[in-house]
Amino acid sequence: MIISIASGKGGTGKTTISTNLAFSLAQKGHKIQLLDCDVEEPNAHIFIKPKVELKETTSFVVPQIDEEKCTYCGECVRVCAYNALFVAKDKVMFFPQLCHSCGGCAYFCPEKAIFETNREIGEIEAGSGYSIEFAYGKLNIGEVMSPPLIKRLKKRIDEDKVVIIDAPPGTSCPVIEVVKGSDFCLLVTEPTPFGLNDLKLAVEMLKVLKIPFAVLINRWNEEYFEIDSYCDKENISIVMRIPLERKIAELYSEGVLFSKELLEWQDAFCKLFDSIEGLWK
Amino acid sequence: MIQEITVLSGKGGTGKTSLVGSFAVLAKDKIMVDCDVDAADLHLILNPEIEEANDFFGLNEYFINRDVCIECGKCEELCCFEAIKDFEIDVISCEGCGICYLACPASAIETRKKKCGEWYISETKYGPLVHAKLGIAQENSGKLVMEVRKAAKEMAQKENISLVITDGPPGIGCPVIASLSGTSLVLVVTEPTVSGIHDMERVLDLCSHFNVKVLVCINKFDLNLEKTGEIEKICRKRNVKIAGKITYDYIFTEALIKSLPVVEFSDGETSRRIKSLWENLYNELNR
Amino acid sequence: MKIAISSMGNDLSSQVDPRFGRCQEFIIFDSETLEFEAIPNEAINAAGGAGIKAAQLVVDKGSKVVITGNIGPNAFNVLAGAGINVFAGATGTIQNAIDAYKAGKLQEVNQATNGPGAISTVPTYR
Repeated sequence: MIISIASGKGGTGKTTISTNLAFSLAQKGHKIQLLDCDVEEPNAHIFIKPKVELKETTSFVVPQIDEEKCTYCGECVRVCAYNALFVAKDKVMFFPQLCHSCGGCAYFCPEKAIFETNREIGEIEAGSGYSIEFAYGKLNIGEVMSPPLIKRLKKRIDEDKVVIIDAPPGTSCPVIEVVKGSDFCLLVTEPTPFGLNDLKLAVEMLKVLKIPFAVLINRWNEEYFEIDSYCDKENISIVMRIPLERKIAELYSEGVLFSKELLEWQDAFCKLFDSIEGLWK
Repeated sequence: MIQEITVLSGKGGTGKTSLVGSFAVLAKDKIMVDCDVDAADLHLILNPEIEEANDFFGLNEYFINRDVCIECGKCEELCCFEAIKDFEIDVISCEGCGICYLACPASAIETRKKKCGEWYISETKYGPLVHAKLGIAQENSGKLVMEVRKAAKEMAQKENISLVITDGPPGIGCPVIASLSGTSLVLVVTEPTVSGIHDMERVLDLCSHFNVKVLVCINKFDLNLEKTGEIEKICRKRNVKIAGKITYDYIFTEALIKSLPVVEFSDGETSRRIKSLWENLYNELNR
Repeated sequence: MKIAISSMGNDLSSQVDPRFGRCQEFIIFDSETLEFEAIPNEAINAAGGAGIKAAQLVVDKGSKVVITGNIGPNAFNVLAGAGINVFAGATGTIQNAIDAYKAGKLQEVNQATNGPGAISTVPTYR
């Protein structure tokens, strides 16, 4: 089963939930795989402290032009939907940051003057910690294209395990790339107008993607009930509430899994998994 | 000369938007911009009235006309995004390259322009706000960010306003790079947690990669004084100034629930600290 | 010699469009015959790389000089790479801009004039 943890709004506790859920389930003997797909700002490794067994760089295919063969006809410029190429009388210029690696220029070049070459965009590290099989991706600084790195990371999915995927915040391309193919998505929110606004956006996104989902309210308190009313109205299950507690925030600040220190939470996370399985079936 | 302050964090939820909401109160003669286009929140504090709405177009959409399709499979073979299966194009996976459209021997693929979102020029109690809404499950957020910033800059030029304050998205990828290129000053809002520090360092790396001037603000600094010390040490080493330290205070949430900027909601310790943060930022800009 | 000016309309009395990549039209003015041609800017709704696409358009038309309000880094890089002289800061009508250019009153730029809104990427010359 593949469960992705997403949120819309950043900083609601995706990483806290995915790491504590993975840890609690692994403690109870489940076979767990955790993938941190927030490749712009990966954090799960801080909590899992994995022993890294494998490191690989990920690259992205981009065109290279053979000046010997190129006649500067401009066909590649015409087919490129991303405007990543420019041709002058005696020169072709290529903007790698705009390229989506579709292969169109190479395919349509009448002179067969374009061949494909690799450009490094990030790194994947894999290993294990707390009996969790763990992997995460790290996008190179200054790089704009995260989806290819996410795709690569998701190739590691081992369906024999319970796969937990930590998604980036937002609702645009990287998030969609991450949650696509999940069996279930857990949406982490917080009881504030920001939390609610971004939760609604994430719900709309999951409806388009046709992925079943439920909501977890983090930093729960008794002052803002709009999330409850919204979920009620939309018929969305709220599967867990984690109270606003300074102790939890402090453990988080130290990079410590709070369910490792506050043991009662391990059962709570196992129950969370049961309710997710229940909703999924 | 138009100056622009861009507020970033790397990690989400460190308090960017709450602080920008307060800057809207404190700064005079400015345009506010929300660049977090796929989860925009600033409007929830500033309560804008939309004056002008504009469509935002992304790459074209493609469809296979099954009446014309000869089922040769050429499109599926060529699609690098694995978006075509059984002679149907999955609009979610499609990245709009159009190779299928160009290569189809039967001309069975049709295309049309796709609206990807909207951007707005609005008026608020605190001055103009330029913001946007990316369509559900749409891409091209970086492009929309550029659009919004350009509109703000043009408006500033036209109305002779010399300051733009931009609320940036989390992360370090496409929309963040689109938010910070060419800005005058970046404020990185971080928090004293291991994750906050880790993510702050990645944004600081990004700023030096693009050679942008940067200041740091430590929000919730009293949550973990040891980690706050660590942040101060890192900043000293990188020669980055700390522009302010804000208390871990529930009034951030209370103000938000009332949909008010923090400095309008309370004039306590936290608001005083936000005011001094703004003064430091403003002075740094005019140095 | 052909001069491309970013324009809001299709004749010499139109205003200069301050944007290069996303201007409404280009006026291609021939300084020898004094004739001009207006071409709609196909790049106006480009999802990305509008500056590059617009630059391709004016280069394909044989322009040797570009006059505009502001120019982004990508467009500047390709125009410079194609040996085109770029003049920025033009305002008023197209005719004003042409006169200002002829009188040597426009500033030739050797770098992009507006960072904001453009991912400045370094092109690879091949």
